[in-house]
Amino acid sequence: MKISLTVNGTAHSIEVEPRTLLVDVLREQLRLTGTHVGCDTSQCGTCTVHVAGKPVKACSMLAVQADGQDVTTIEGVAKDGVLHPMQAAFREHHALQCGFCTPGMIMTALSIVERHKGEPLTDEPLTDEMVRKELEGNFCRCTGYQPIVAAILAGAKATV
Amino acid sequence: MHNFNYHRPKTLSEASEIFSGAEDAVYLAGGQTLIPTLKQRLRQPSDVIDLSHLAELRGIAVEKDAVVIGAMTRHGEVAASADVRRLIPALAHLAGEIGDPQVRNLGTLGGSLANSDPAADYPAAVLALGATIHTPTRTIAADDFFTGLFETALEPGEMIVKVSFPVPKRAAYMKFRNPASRYAVAGVCVADTVSGVRVAVTGAGPYAFRQTEMETVLSKSFTPGALAGIAVSEEDLNSDLHATAAYRAHLVGVMARRAVEALI
Repeated sequence: MKISLTVNGTAHSIEVEPRTLLVDVLREQLRLTGTHVGCDTSQCGTCTVHVAGKPVKACSMLAVQADGQDVTTIEGVAKDGVLHPMQAAFREHHALQCGFCTPGMIMTALSIVERHKGEPLTDEPLTDEMVRKELEGNFCRCTGYQPIVAAILAGAKATV
Repeated sequence: MHNFNYHRPKTLSEASEIFSGAEDAVYLAGGQTLIPTLKQRLRQPSDVIDLSHLAELRGIAVEKDAVVIGAMTRHGEVAASADVRRLIPALAHLAGEIGDPQVRNLGTLGGSLANSDPAADYPAAVLALGATIHTPTRTIAADDFFTGLFETALEPGEMIVKVSFPVPKRAAYMKFRNPASRYAVAGVCVADTVSGVRVAVTGAGPYAFRQTEMETVLSKSFTPGALAGIAVSEEDLNSDLHATAAYRAHLVGVMARRAVEALI
């Protein structure tokens, strides 16, 4: 069946099977290979993309479920060749070693910053503890998370 | 994943018609259990009926003495709802502890209840708060809803439209979660309601159940100490690689005590 997706601001009309996963459309059909498949069992979060502004695991969503919606992947984060402040913070704070989890980490990080700007969650400034809880759906097997948390806190300050 | 026919009904009756006309149909809510299940080929439905375009299944409304939540409302929406946080903070807390943020952006209340996973969180709140499950044709009391491991009182093809949660005087949910899956190894919801104290357990048995012994003692004295004399039986509780039945029985006592401690 035919679905329409607006991915990183570009409208696409795409032929998919009902069983096609969103992550496979992004990677195989649109060749946006920045979104990774890690565990493929909705645990690790490397496949995190934004659908209608919210982070979801693209390996656990059918492409047909995203029909008609806006999708943002890691390729849509930098603007005009300039890294987003969150990406710059990851580089500055050495928040990656192998880099496999990084696209998912950054997509989640952008959502954390967005949701902690104000209501409904909280007006309090983002803390180390809050970031760690928010990162429950993203695994990193290299860094031990310390520099990722530092980067997200720094990226949050730089983004606001 | 095996292929299937995909449907996107616009009305409840259209959804029911597609279901009854199909060989082996399944409803798709948020898909956070169903899609992994299909990927593992543990199920092979002929037809998948996506409920996400049914407006009457969405939304959170405050009615007289109750919060009514549409079946397709995402966990993240319940957790962030100002109304739920104000009137039943235990329910908002529970929703915010399900899985992880990405899962909460897709997973739904109705999907969780209809699946009756033994380790799901929502069943504990539905039972403890004495909620009412609404389907297109009838209402089902929480006490009658959970009937077995992955089994409920829903008939084939019958879907949940909304769930009405009476506002309790006070309630708390405590869970001991599996650190990897974040499912409840044991979770206890204690609610002090207009119809008395209700205690419901999830994660420990084949399906959510009420712990009437605890309800009796807490009705007399709503204190952590009142629970001290209760030895939760391990009979009929789950044993798996995560926890033995004896350990789960112990955890039920600990989680119940913590819930009461949080309320006094």
